[in-house]
Amino acid sequence: MFIPHTDEQKKEMLAAIGVSRFDDLLGALPKNLLRPKLDLPSSLSEMELVRHMEELASRDHLAQSYLGAGAYEHFVPTSVWSIALRGEFATAYTPYQAEASQGTLQSIFEFQTLVCELFKMDVANASMYDGASAAAEACLVAAKHTGRNEILVPETVHPQTVRVIQTYLAHSGARVKTVPCPSGVVELETIKKHLGPDTAALLVQNPNFFGCLEPHVKGLSELVHSAGGLLIASTYPTALGLVAPPGQYGADIAVAEGQSLGLPLAYGGPYVGLFACTNALLRKMPGRVVGQTLDADGKRAFVLTLQAREQHIRREKAMSNICTNQALCALAATIYLSLVGKNGFQELATLNFQKAHYAAEVLARRGFPRVFAHPFFNEFAVRCPVSPETIVKKLSEKRVLAGLPLGAYFKDRADQLLVCVTEIKTKSDIDRFGDLLAEAAR
Amino acid sequence: MSGEKVVEPLSFEKSAPGRKGIPWPVCDVPTVPVDKNIPAGLLRESPALLPELSEPQVVRHFTRLSHLNFSIDTNFYPLGSCTMKHNPKVNDRIVQIPDFAGLHPLRPHELSQGILEILFEVERWLSQLCGMDAFSLQPSAGAQGELTGILVARAYHEHRGENRPVVLIPDSAHGTNPASVALAGLTAVTVKSTPDGQVDLDDLYQKLNKEVAMVMMTIPSTLGLFEPRIQEIAKKIHEAGALLYMDGANLNALVGLVRPGDLGVDVLHVNLHKTFATPHGGGGPGAGPVGVKKALEPFLPVPRVALENGVYRRKFDRAHSIGRVHGFQGNVGVLIRAYAYMRLQGAEGFREISENAILAANYLKAKLTPLFPKMPLGACMHEVVVSGEGAFGPGVRTLDVAKRLLDHGYYAPTIYFPLIVPEALMIEPTENESKETLDAFVETVRAIIAESKSDPDKVKTAPHTTPVRRLDEVRAAREPRLRYRP
Repeated sequence: MFIPHTDEQKKEMLAAIGVSRFDDLLGALPKNLLRPKLDLPSSLSEMELVRHMEELASRDHLAQSYLGAGAYEHFVPTSVWSIALRGEFATAYTPYQAEASQGTLQSIFEFQTLVCELFKMDVANASMYDGASAAAEACLVAAKHTGRNEILVPETVHPQTVRVIQTYLAHSGARVKTVPCPSGVVELETIKKHLGPDTAALLVQNPNFFGCLEPHVKGLSELVHSAGGLLIASTYPTALGLVAPPGQYGADIAVAEGQSLGLPLAYGGPYVGLFACTNALLRKMPGRVVGQTLDADGKRAFVLTLQAREQHIRREKAMSNICTNQALCALAATIYLSLVGKNGFQELATLNFQKAHYAAEVLARRGFPRVFAHPFFNEFAVRCPVSPETIVKKLSEKRVLAGLPLGAYFKDRADQLLVCVTEIKTKSDIDRFGDLLAEAAR
Repeated sequence: MSGEKVVEPLSFEKSAPGRKGIPWPVCDVPTVPVDKNIPAGLLRESPALLPELSEPQVVRHFTRLSHLNFSIDTNFYPLGSCTMKHNPKVNDRIVQIPDFAGLHPLRPHELSQGILEILFEVERWLSQLCGMDAFSLQPSAGAQGELTGILVARAYHEHRGENRPVVLIPDSAHGTNPASVALAGLTAVTVKSTPDGQVDLDDLYQKLNKEVAMVMMTIPSTLGLFEPRIQEIAKKIHEAGALLYMDGANLNALVGLVRPGDLGVDVLHVNLHKTFATPHGGGGPGAGPVGVKKALEPFLPVPRVALENGVYRRKFDRAHSIGRVHGFQGNVGVLIRAYAYMRLQGAEGFREISENAILAANYLKAKLTPLFPKMPLGACMHEVVVSGEGAFGPGVRTLDVAKRLLDHGYYAPTIYFPLIVPEALMIEPTENESKETLDAFVETVRAIIAESKSDPDKVKTAPHTTPVRRLDEVRAAREPRLRYRP
């Protein structure tokens, strides 16, 4: 199917090599281990494969979802993937030969510009694996830059992000110091108590894991800076059509899970980690970067640059071990943002805000009041009259995902459900969701 | 595209106020004032300056950009160590099935049975093909797989009460190997190679002691050679209490033919974007699953997928796990593509893949031998590494020849890697390229070598027909311009 050689050609090739049998080429391989018997099925035709995959997919068919918590269901315009999956993009390698890769390089340059604009930061890289590893790499940069070893991580940061940070930091000499947040947001007084000469950075997620906008971002920024540490802000790109971007409140490093920018949920990936920082940190930034330059004819062109930070040059002294990133996902995000445009991006954020606020009001009326009074964007926690697990189970039977029970992550929040409402929900969807919840609570 | 001298402006340069590429629906819920619900200080002060373009403008912009790329779909892409093989089109269709694309990663397992079966099966296929006992599918790429594998090995030794701070790495290894070791808080120590490109065993055995956690080897090596003494080496490593890690970047030479686990490998990572034909995407997304032998399984990242009484579940209760390396379950879309590729190939298909990859590389080697005076002897595996030393005209370097290949519509081979081969060209044809293509490529190399002697300047100033000519990389690094500014 994918192998073009005819039997005749194979013979010609072996003759040209100067061996009589193919196995003569395998002299170095241990004979007794050659061609093991595999307990695996034989091949399917494309037709059978499609049928098999469609059957597997249909098992998980779902009507509606109100689940967010770091991965968000947004509308993806058709042209995004119709372009991104063009073979010239999808089947190209990392653009090491710049003259034959200007398409990829220019799109990354546009991506870096878009990320800088979204975040209001000076420089951005060509992408990281996902939001969680971007946050982890940001913590490593902060520790290296400050020469300090403590990263303050409030409980309002996504717990799964925290676990990835812990894995990355495990042997780096730096450690996570957890900051409790009983009020659902990071309080200035609490941070004051935790700041010290070891503080390399404070990581703030805004909007936070509970959907709340962190009310004190500016104050937090001033506090951590006056203590000689950095502010790392983790954010949700779609919210930035409305909500203050990290650069506006003085973040030194901004990271995000970029999935909401045109990428399907796809059970967790491939997503795209966004990473941006101030000029001061440029040469400590991990990952690939594309820069503008001139070619031999004086024409504008783009090239991978500042590679002296990277593993293939510096080996064990590199700023990070990252090599492959998520280029095609970054391209999809670039196409998505180019389609949505300046005004559309603000409209989209406003639409999310309005739908979620309407939903919060409907849910409160049906006996599911909000837990926190803080401002929010498109996600909020509600208190459930019966156990959230019961609610989720009952709605699952109707193929509706009610949200995320917070008890799985926080023992003292066993009665709380995290609910997300994006632009894709209509008023009647939301009203019906209210009905289903009320029914399940009965 | 070769031959076209196109300049495509940046999207930002085509922007005009008020245009939009996608309209959003009218808000159908009662609205509340934004400024009454969010204090001014928490709102955005000025909008992000995204380009303002119509849909047709966006489509044309990116389609024209795509024309500036070489790709597998359009060109022979003999990039050594990268396994630029055909990416089946049916996989584009499969990953876009709405019930796959719409799967939220935090769904309860009752609503994820189809996808969990796929993940379970990918793990089983990889375990069978590699001769390992378990896999974690979480790492997003080869380098993250390496980090995961090293952390797992470190946790294994620590659990046994042993402190082993050193990892031995041959000097022919990928740069990610030592970088990943450093990130895992261990020390990378280099092992020398012999002049024929194999690991210097005297040096290896001399450095193998109680301090060594692991030896990382690329099998076949980055020179495209299979180490015939690998079983003996594995035995020595195990006797020293260390583990054998295999960088699986070159698995395409072995899959279906020999199983790494049978050779004595304890930990390996597999690049699904190489051997399992998922698209490279211009630099990702990839996937770098990590396989281990039984003794190391308890240390793999969580969650793992398990089948219990006919129901698939995500399991988190692993006391010795190194934790998470991905925010969710890994690059699942890539894993779905790999699964589809596995089913298309079946058990038999993989053997044919490795055999035909080896056949094509050796055929290229035979045809190129008369052209390169320093061609190594003996059979190679799936890729051939040649030294450009003494092959080209006065002052012409491997870089120049690589650039000249672009003029002829071939992407350049990997060059100057492995570091131990002077003026290296690393060529990997994969199982997909026809004899006709390979013959035409050899003739082009022959013509370029002749040209390098008759008209060296033409080669030294190549490429001439690509959308841009050779770039000023020094300028890019000295005065970094990393974003558009109006």
